[in-house]
Amino acid sequence: MNQQTLPLFEIFIRSKRGLDHRHVGSLHAEDPAQALDYARDVYLRRSEGVSIWVVRSSDITASQESDVESFCEPMDDKPYRHATHFKLPKEVDNM
Amino acid sequence: MNSQKTALLNYCIALGDDSLTLGHRLSEWCRNGPFLEEDLALTNVALDFIGRARLFYSYAGEVEGQGRGEDDFAYLRDCREYRNFLINELPNGDFAFTMARQLMVDAYDMGFFTQLMQSSDPTLAAIAAKSIKESRYHLRRSKDWVIRLGDGTEESHQRTQDAFNQLWGYAAEMFEMADDEQQLFEAGIAVNRSALEADWAATVHAVLKAATLEIPDSNWAIGGGRDGQHTEHLGFLLAELQFLQRSYPGQQW
Repeated sequence: MNQQTLPLFEIFIRSKRGLDHRHVGSLHAEDPAQALDYARDVYLRRSEGVSIWVVRSSDITASQESDVESFCEPMDDKPYRHATHFKLPKEVDNM
Repeated sequence: MNSQKTALLNYCIALGDDSLTLGHRLSEWCRNGPFLEEDLALTNVALDFIGRARLFYSYAGEVEGQGRGEDDFAYLRDCREYRNFLINELPNGDFAFTMARQLMVDAYDMGFFTQLMQSSDPTLAAIAAKSIKESRYHLRRSKDWVIRLGDGTEESHQRTQDAFNQLWGYAAEMFEMADDEQQLFEAGIAVNRSALEADWAATVHAVLKAATLEIPDSNWAIGGGRDGQHTEHLGFLLAELQFLQRSYPGQQW
């Protein structure tokens, strides 16, 4: 089997119940089922998690470096979009 | 030592030998796997088997009570003292052969450890409970690979069929009880292996069918592993496995 013909998968692991799945890396496999098996061997060797997602890398649509200006920077001058912009009443205490 | 204790010692050694020889064979795939992910997966499985061997040997040492430990059983016994099934010591062959053997052994292990979990011996039952989780995963892998290869290209189909044809007769001894093992079974300690064959055959036949492979003829059978009679391959395996301890006795790291 030639690795170059094997599709690439992105691997997401949830380390604990209640937490989000996080991207941990990628690997090659024939199909999603095999990718799941290999993810167990490659990324769960030391009990790193309780759940695995695999996603075909080609199914991910990613923003481009050239989009950074229009996608991300306009947010900088709108501090009211952050919760921290607003003063909390004292009674709320911790949030 | 009374006869039941001797039988238990032999039982633990035989189970340790099954695990160690196959674990060693699988470890030979390390860095030779067909691709990186499979290389890691195979060596993980190898480590599962070697871990199992350690548990059985440690317990054998405990049962014997003469101060022998896992290293003594692994490194300081010769071929005739090894009690593993022959199928475990056969050279890896090609990848199809390795996965075909794995399917036969994993399907057997699932049946065996399921029963051993019921053993009246708590240590054996605990080792079985740990092993069954590993074997469930091993079987998932070997099933998957046999179907991929059998139902794959013309070449992978042929290689996988050849592998099963060459391996088929080695299955018989997995279901033949030794005399002292029968005694342990009657005491509620050991598994009645002869009762495992029907389920094993159903599992393996179903996978072969899904893989578009023929069930090989059962017109030959070879055994003797449990009596210490081995193929010529075990000597070479042990030479590599034991070299360091034989040359530098007591060496540790």
